[in-house]
Amino acid sequence: MSLNKVSRQAMPCQDPKSRATNFTEVATGYSEEQALLEASRCLQCKKPLCRQGCPVEVLIPDFIKLISEKDYMGAARKLKEKNNLPAVCGRVCPQESQCESKCILGIKSDPVAIGRLERFASDYEIAHGCCEQEKAPATGKKVAIIGGGPAGLTCAADLAKLGHAVTIFEALHVAGGVLMYGIPEFRLPKGVVQTEIDNLKRLGVEVKTNMVVGKATSVDELMEQDGYDAAFIGTGAGLPYFMNIPGENLLGVYSANEFLTRSNLMKAYQFPDHVTPIRIGKRVAVLGAGNVAMDASRTALRLGAEESIIVYRRSREEMPARHEELEHAEEEGVKFQLLTNPIEIIGDENGVVKGMKCLRYELGEPDASGRRSPVAIPGSEFILDVDTVVVAIGQGPNPLVTKSTPGLELNRKGNIVADDSMTTSKPGVFAGGDIVTGAATVILAMGAGKTAAKSIDAYLKTK
Amino acid sequence: MYPIVKRRDLTSGIVLLEVQAPEVAAKAQPGQFVIVRSDDKGERIPLTIADFNRETGTITIVIQDVGYSSKMINTLGEGDAFLDFVGPLGLATDIEKYGRVVCVAGGVGAAPIYPIARALQQAGNEVITIIGSRCKDLLILDEEMAEVCDQVVIATNDGSVGVKGFVTDALDGIIKQYDGKIDHIWAIGPMIMMKAVVEFTRPLGIKTVVSLNPIMVDGTGMCGACRVSVGGETKFACVDGPEFDGHLVDFDLAMRRLTYFKDEEKRASARDNCGGGCGCH
Repeated sequence: MSLNKVSRQAMPCQDPKSRATNFTEVATGYSEEQALLEASRCLQCKKPLCRQGCPVEVLIPDFIKLISEKDYMGAARKLKEKNNLPAVCGRVCPQESQCESKCILGIKSDPVAIGRLERFASDYEIAHGCCEQEKAPATGKKVAIIGGGPAGLTCAADLAKLGHAVTIFEALHVAGGVLMYGIPEFRLPKGVVQTEIDNLKRLGVEVKTNMVVGKATSVDELMEQDGYDAAFIGTGAGLPYFMNIPGENLLGVYSANEFLTRSNLMKAYQFPDHVTPIRIGKRVAVLGAGNVAMDASRTALRLGAEESIIVYRRSREEMPARHEELEHAEEEGVKFQLLTNPIEIIGDENGVVKGMKCLRYELGEPDASGRRSPVAIPGSEFILDVDTVVVAIGQGPNPLVTKSTPGLELNRKGNIVADDSMTTSKPGVFAGGDIVTGAATVILAMGAGKTAAKSIDAYLKTK
Repeated sequence: MYPIVKRRDLTSGIVLLEVQAPEVAAKAQPGQFVIVRSDDKGERIPLTIADFNRETGTITIVIQDVGYSSKMINTLGEGDAFLDFVGPLGLATDIEKYGRVVCVAGGVGAAPIYPIARALQQAGNEVITIIGSRCKDLLILDEEMAEVCDQVVIATNDGSVGVKGFVTDALDGIIKQYDGKIDHIWAIGPMIMMKAVVEFTRPLGIKTVVSLNPIMVDGTGMCGACRVSVGGETKFACVDGPEFDGHLVDFDLAMRRLTYFKDEEKRASARDNCGGGCGCH
């Protein structure tokens, strides 16, 4: 095979300068020619290690082979045998730490760009009309899915394919969860997400939006009165954490959830055509260095901030964001104020943010996470001149569903306790995704949704 | 879609809408709110529930045209529909038998206080309600309120009806009339009015609950836009409220936070200063 003849095809992207002023997708996707070149690099291993790196066990060599045979629709169909949201995963999965990290080619050169090929095949399918998916005969069983994010959508699709009647209960006015409210348009176009959701509807999945479980109904009511035989809770990590420092209620301080929800879900970047406003200052500080922080800092630039600064108390090596996101942010002009942590947000006479009192840090001994722990340098206090602050230090579990569901065991942080099969302490109730693990990735939530679907199917057979 | 089955113009700029939303109506309690969106480009607007009917599956809301989106909503009529209508959100009013209670409503606050007053009366309380407005013409729901309260006192700034002055003047009269023997007070209305009521009752030590209506987006505890400071602690009004012990609320902060998008509000309104809905732009 052509091991060293063809090099890994780079992802074509919009020019950083121009893209930092628009919300159109940054990565424009492989051309057919590039896809064929990249697909030719796959060794078609007999025992493909890449699959072991995938939480939903996508048939990776098989779909890549179909691409190299120019059967793109076949490749999309092959992807969908295991992955219900391939156009999403091809864009937002951290492939470098999953499938691609196991690729044999990666030992001596660069691994096959599995994610980019996944996106190519899925986009082809979206552009050319979706392939029909097979569905088992109706079983007469009803399953309620609480939360229409990646975990819930995946679980719903798998259960629908198995012939169960599935209803998704979504609190917001559209399904998709973090794919809609959290991840920006320039990284994951909402039209792509909506297409995947429409595909689920064609599988027979019912989506009830504007339904807040824990308020308008409850898990017990769904199962006892409305005849659902099982329930899956995938309500994600929707509760924003704040720093708990003085000044956090000043005008100009947003949680990342609020900032991104205004921009993504409510399309405030199209204000005033879309009526939800968002206010952006000249100098924006984003606290935190995960993917959410990168999304917020890049969004700030696009909304017109002159400077967008990531403020993080550790160093570059410890940043939890994907390398690609970090790189994109940097190319677009996001600045990094590292080894720095705010201790107070300062306001003007009208209560509007005018600065942030910070301490400088240095790295000490490794902590429980294995990362070198940041230690404040005494007397290093300084004022960072900013007028907007976005807090992106993480999210916890939203208690609306869990508190209204008696008999559901929770851990100390309020996450649902579920075993490896996503079974909870409450009979007939399964859970997965961020509500179980705490804030993680889209693909891990999808993996959990998939596992839960298997467990729910097995449970329904015993009933 | 959530059809509007009834529209009633209560007074200039204040409209009552009855909306078909059976799932919300089945669970709504006094004190809770809904979030509505009129169209695909609209904001999510929180509105406290003014009434609910479990039989007809309807929710009543009352909207004053104070901003761009509320002006748009107030152009809707019977036959129109909301695109989104979610609820019931927030915690319900703590209804129990307190004894003699006073409900103080300022302006459009009469709407959310109506189901609270009714529930308090049904729970066996002696309910006195004060409704305040700038003048007689702007007074709303006084007749409805009279049906569910033991006593209704009107206060108008210009004295065109009832007591001349603010709701606090009327409250002062009631407290004196009953020799200070008031067991519980609810105050709902503009922030400045609720602040005045809690400052008035603070030295008297009468428990006073207020209902806050800060800026919100999702209304389910996800965004934190609605954070308020209560007793020195940050709370999310959407899930921890909207009702709080008024003596613990930092009203100055709450009022400031309401102003954050004022400029954007003007920009949205300026975009179609024809009032919107005419299709000229």
